[in-house]
Amino acid sequence: MAILLIAEHDNQTLSVDTMRAMTAVKQLASHIEDTQTENSHIDLLIIGENCQPVAEQATHLAGLHQVLIADDAVYAHQLAENTSAFIAEMATRYSHVVMAATTSGKNMLPRVAALLDVGMLSDVVAIESDDTVVRPIYAGNVLARVKSSDPIKVISIRSSAFDAAVLEATATEGMTCASIDRVIPNDHTVFISREVAESERPDLSAARVVVSGGRGVGSQEQFALIEALADKLGGAVGASRAAVDAGFVPNDKQVGQTGKIVAPDLYIAVGISGAIQHVAGMKAAKVIVAINNDPDAPIFDIADYGLVGDLFEVLPALMTALDDAS
Amino acid sequence: MKVLVAIKRVIDPYVKVRVNKDGTGVEKANVKMAINPFCEIAVEEAIRLKEAGHASEVVVVSIGDAACQEQLRGALALGADRAIHIDISSLDLATADSPLALEPLAVAKLLKAVIEQESPQLVLLGKQAIDSDNNQVAQMLSALTQYPQATFISQLKYDESQSERPLEVVREVDGGLETLSLTVPAILSTDLRLNVPRYATLPNIMKAKSKPLTVMTPDALNVTVTMSQMVLDVFTPPVREAGEKVASVAELVDKLKNKDKVI
Repeated sequence: MAILLIAEHDNQTLSVDTMRAMTAVKQLASHIEDTQTENSHIDLLIIGENCQPVAEQATHLAGLHQVLIADDAVYAHQLAENTSAFIAEMATRYSHVVMAATTSGKNMLPRVAALLDVGMLSDVVAIESDDTVVRPIYAGNVLARVKSSDPIKVISIRSSAFDAAVLEATATEGMTCASIDRVIPNDHTVFISREVAESERPDLSAARVVVSGGRGVGSQEQFALIEALADKLGGAVGASRAAVDAGFVPNDKQVGQTGKIVAPDLYIAVGISGAIQHVAGMKAAKVIVAINNDPDAPIFDIADYGLVGDLFEVLPALMTALDDAS
Repeated sequence: MKVLVAIKRVIDPYVKVRVNKDGTGVEKANVKMAINPFCEIAVEEAIRLKEAGHASEVVVVSIGDAACQEQLRGALALGADRAIHIDISSLDLATADSPLALEPLAVAKLLKAVIEQESPQLVLLGKQAIDSDNNQVAQMLSALTQYPQATFISQLKYDESQSERPLEVVREVDGGLETLSLTVPAILSTDLRLNVPRYATLPNIMKAKSKPLTVMTPDALNVTVTMSQMVLDVFTPPVREAGEKVASVAELVDKLKNKDKVI
C-alpha cells in the first residue's frame, strides 16, 4: 500500500496547496500503517517542463519516500488528456492517488479515475481511515461520510481544511529523485495562451487575511478601496460572484462554492449580502467581519463582528483607525 | 453539427437544505427543484450555437426518475430540439435521497452510451452539480470516450474554417484564464461566466410539450450500473452563530486587535 501525491506547481515552485495536501496524505498514511503490516510510503509525482526546481524543493519535504519527475515539453501546460493518462499508468502501483482540489486537480483527477475504472472522492475535508473520508455537499451545508471500496482510491483534497506541511531547512537524507521517461503526446488539445493576473498580494487561498468586496462596492474603480484595506492588512483580495460578474475584479478572485474556498484568520466581507454560495467559500474563517449598509443582510448571521454602515465611510475610517492602532 | 447537453435535476440553489431524520440524505419532500445552474448555462450555449448556425440539432439528456422530465421539458422550452430521459427508477439505489446515490462514473458510462448512439460533435455539461459538488462527470466522460476535454469554460468559439481544430475555448483556472484549441468531437464543461441563460416564454413552454422525448433504461443502453462508494451517513456541519454588532470602527479595531489578535 502506497500513496502517490501529485504536485501542484508552476514549474518553479511547489504550491501551498500541495503542502496542505501533503498533510492530508500523511494522515492517510498513518491509517494505512494501522491496518497493514508492511509500512506504507508516500511518493510525490511532479509533471511539467523544466520543473527541476520543484523537485529540489520537494526533497526538503519530510515524510516523502521518493520524488518522481516527468519532465517533458508535452507536459508543459499540464493538459488533462496526456497528463491524466500518464498518472493513470503510474497509479496502478499505488493504493491511493491524491492531489489538491485546485483547478488542475479538478481537471485531471476525474480522468485518472475513469481511466482506472474507479470512482473519485472530491474535495475531501477529513480523512477518517484508508477508505473513508468526509466531503461537503450542497455548498458545504451538508457533510457526507463516504466509504470507497475501489482498489485504487482517487482523492482530491480541499486544501483550506488542512494545515500546510513545511519545507525543512535541509533535504531529507536518503530521499531519491527518479526521472520517469514516459512521453505521451496530446494530439487533440493545443495550449494557446494563459492570462495570469499578476499581483504583489499574497495568494488568496493561502492568505492570513482576506478582504472581499461584493456588488455593494459599486464599480471597478471603487474596488481600489478594498485593495487598499487588503494592502494595509497584508491580505489578499477576494470577491463575490456579483463583483466578478459586474467586472469589478477578475474571476480568479471569486470566493465561494464554485470559486476558491478560503479559511483565513480574518475575513472581511464588504458590501456582500452573504448568499449560500458565497458563504460556502469562507465560513471556515476564524474571524468573520461584515460591513454592510443593510442590517438584514444574511452575512450578519455568520459574522463574528458586524458593522452596519456605508462602506464608503466605514473603510476610510477603518484605515485611519488601523494607522492609529499600529 | 449535433450538440448533446447533459442536464441534472437538483434542489433549487436558493433552498436551504436539511438533513433527513435518519441521516441518509436530505429532505426532498415538497422542496423546490430546478435545473442545475451550470447545466442551464450549457443549454443556453448550445442554443446560441444553433442560432449562430453552427449547430443543426440540440439534444438534451438527463438521468433520473420520471421527475427529471420536468427539467428536460424546461430545456426544450429554452430551445433544445429533442430530449432523452435515462430512467433509472428500476435501479436499486440504497441512498436514493442522497445526491451521491448515482456515482459520477456511472453517469459518465450512461452518457457514453448515449454518445455512441447519437454521435454528437460537441457535448456540453455543467462543471459541477450544486448538490453533489463533485465536478467529475465531464472529465470522466472525456476519458471514457477518448475525446478531448475543456473544463470550466467561460468562452467558446467555433470556427468551421479551422478544419483541424475548430474549437477555441477560454478556461477559468486558478490565477487567471487559459485558452485552448481542440479537435471535435469534444467534451466541454461550463463555468458561470460563459453566458446568461434566457428565460422560457409561455409560447415556447407550450411548444416544448410536443417536442420528442425518448425514455431509455440502463439495460437498453447496455450499461451495468455499479457502485463503489457507500454513503455511511450525512450530517450538518457545526453551525456558525451570529456574533455581535459593533457600533463603531474604533470598537471593531479594538476587538480584532485585543480580543481576537488577528490584526
